[in-house]
Amino acid sequence: MAELGRAALLVTLGLSLYALVAGGAAAALGRRRLALSARNALLASFFSTLVAACVLVAGFVRDDFSLAYVAGHSSRALPLQYKISAFWGGQEGSLLLWLLVLTAYSALAVWFARRRARDLVVWVTPVLGGIAVGFAWLLVAVSSPFDTIAAPADGAGLNPSLQNPYMVIHPVFLYLGYVGLAVPFAFAMGALLARRTDERWIVATRRWTIVAWTTLGVGQLLGAHWAYQEVGWGGYYAWDPVENAALMPWLAATAFLHSVMIQEKRGMLRVWNVTLVSLAFCLSLFGTFLTRSGVVSSIHSFTQSSIGPWFLGFIVITVVFSAAMIWLRLPQLRTTARLESLVSREATFLYNNLLLVALCLTILWGTAWPMVSEAVRGEAVVVGRPYYDFFLRIFGLPLLLLMGIGPLVAWRRASLGGLLRVFAWPAGFALATGVLLIGLGAGSSIPGLIAYTFSVFVLATIALEFVRGTTARRALTGEGVATSFGRLVARNRRRYGGYVVHASVVLLAIGIAGSSAYDSVVEGRLARGDSLGVGGYTLTYRELTERDGPNATEIRAVLDVRRGGDELGTLAAGKNAYSVEQQVSNEVGIRSDLLTGEDLFVIAEQVNEDGTVFFRVFVKPLVNLIWLAGLVFVLGSVIALWPDAREERRLATRYAPVGETRDTPATT
Amino acid sequence: MSVWLLLGAALVVAVVVVVALPFLREPAPESDSLLELGAAERERLAAEEERDRALSALRELEADHRAGRISDDDYRGVVGVLRRDAAEALRALDRLDAGREGTSAGSAKSA
Repeated sequence: MAELGRAALLVTLGLSLYALVAGGAAAALGRRRLALSARNALLASFFSTLVAACVLVAGFVRDDFSLAYVAGHSSRALPLQYKISAFWGGQEGSLLLWLLVLTAYSALAVWFARRRARDLVVWVTPVLGGIAVGFAWLLVAVSSPFDTIAAPADGAGLNPSLQNPYMVIHPVFLYLGYVGLAVPFAFAMGALLARRTDERWIVATRRWTIVAWTTLGVGQLLGAHWAYQEVGWGGYYAWDPVENAALMPWLAATAFLHSVMIQEKRGMLRVWNVTLVSLAFCLSLFGTFLTRSGVVSSIHSFTQSSIGPWFLGFIVITVVFSAAMIWLRLPQLRTTARLESLVSREATFLYNNLLLVALCLTILWGTAWPMVSEAVRGEAVVVGRPYYDFFLRIFGLPLLLLMGIGPLVAWRRASLGGLLRVFAWPAGFALATGVLLIGLGAGSSIPGLIAYTFSVFVLATIALEFVRGTTARRALTGEGVATSFGRLVARNRRRYGGYVVHASVVLLAIGIAGSSAYDSVVEGRLARGDSLGVGGYTLTYRELTERDGPNATEIRAVLDVRRGGDELGTLAAGKNAYSVEQQVSNEVGIRSDLLTGEDLFVIAEQVNEDGTVFFRVFVKPLVNLIWLAGLVFVLGSVIALWPDAREERRLATRYAPVGETRDTPATT
Repeated sequence: MSVWLLLGAALVVAVVVVVALPFLREPAPESDSLLELGAAERERLAAEEERDRALSALRELEADHRAGRISDDDYRGVVGVLRRDAAEALRALDRLDAGREGTSAGSAKSA
């Protein structure tokens, strides 16, 4: 079976190389059939990679320990869902997942753009082929998942922290995001190579960018929930280098999604947009490099490996190539449109961009600092949480405020008087809420208080937007409230989908502020019958239980939970001892109050032989708003993504001369 | 030879056929050159983008003003500029169309 896997990867490498070389030659020489052939190679590379992926999945499901990768990441006792997710539990499988997602995205993006942006696709094909070559080469020559060994009786098992339902889907979403950024990057580079600086590369990749950005965002939230439940330290985000690695391209892509609107509306910022899209993709490569190279110490770096230099070379080539292309095409990218006023929508979007990029680069500097300091001083110095928290407040709070201001400012220019009138109600409501919060004791954390006040301001502007839009539509059409509201959203999907996404970011901000600025913690060693109190809860340690799970012994300390005079049931926290893996994992106990969004979070830090247990207990107000934000985020993204038939017709008419009037033969 | 190797060989044959398909379907085409937009088509595309941008900005401004998002003063300050932009974009497209018709008529006469 390994032979088929190896052959399939070799075929993918050959096809990608062909797409790069033949596609580049076809574009440069203007050869139509060669271009179609190169595009077919890109489409076929998805199927050959799929064959390789199926072979690896089959290896896991059949416990084929003659495959070194399967033997190193699975065992006979491992539950089936974790055997499948073990596919991306190590370096080789993760790289194969990267390649599979890349070839799938490439095939779909090139296929869907084959008519509207035919002359661009010719140049996009070699760019996507080049990226695929990099990953296929690593899998064929450096780090193959199909290396074979003399099959042991059983495998080494899977890292216990990866045996969690979130680990089945979190990496997939993350990779859908990381790799998805290759599509807008390839189209941007294709447009520069083809000297086409019109908007088609943006139109062709708009949805792909939103898909990548959404999945990257969801992937990070799933990862945060995994950390919260599984890692057992009482938090959900630790500014770990690999967490930062996913956040940075997301921030760059967020900046791009906003600045691209300025290009669409005003024809400005063309250089900035191709720079941002290149930055986002290079950061996604950097993220994969951090995860897989082992250059930084991280909870996510499950392997130390030899791919680091190869990957670094790949990143350098990508950075140099994109910088050179932008430099060479500067004359075509320049526009005559200028910023007319510092108080305008494009100006607020620009401020938003500067803050996002500043936050992104600050995180990059902190993440790269251990590597830089080791290279310069021979000693890796890790940047701590205070550094990141400081810059999150400095850049994040103004960003939060701008989310409320930006959408309500006129394009080109706006008067301060007009703005004061538009923002009077939301600002007044936010200030009143701020005063009320101080009265309730929220003034103990100034950043938390500011975050809450700004959040209320943004939510008020969003609510007012929906009310104003619906009222105006009703006045114009005479429709009912529900119909008017539905059609308002349906006819302005990007705008109102964007508002819903903004609402999700506000929920996220409230959840983060509440759970980090206003949390309570207590710890102590308890014998049976002892109690401890925190945040109004009283926990009494009742008993220690032990049972055999599918592949681990599960030890749990059971606690009775009371609040005031109310019995709230029991909570169990403890350890899982994995026999095959010879490792122990923390299993936390969480009681969520869905009404208040608060969590009672219990860690059994140490289970002693005399039956006593050392507990650490947190009360985290509003933390569940973070997970709710994820659902609202997806809803907003789906609204923004949903195809608009009128818009499609308009674009089809506009771009008809590119694809249809000069007929070319069939697309096969 | 194992069945897996045979399957690998079959995969190679299949992808070679897929990659060669454009040449197999058209062994001797009349033209093998790629679609290239001429200068006039590029100019028209840019003008259409400009027209759509101007009209969309005008529509958005009207909707924002109607909904009360934008004050009367701000509306008056911008609407004139946007109307001029839209009119200029439409005139530019008309000029291009007139130029194209002129060229077509000239070509037809000479033919």
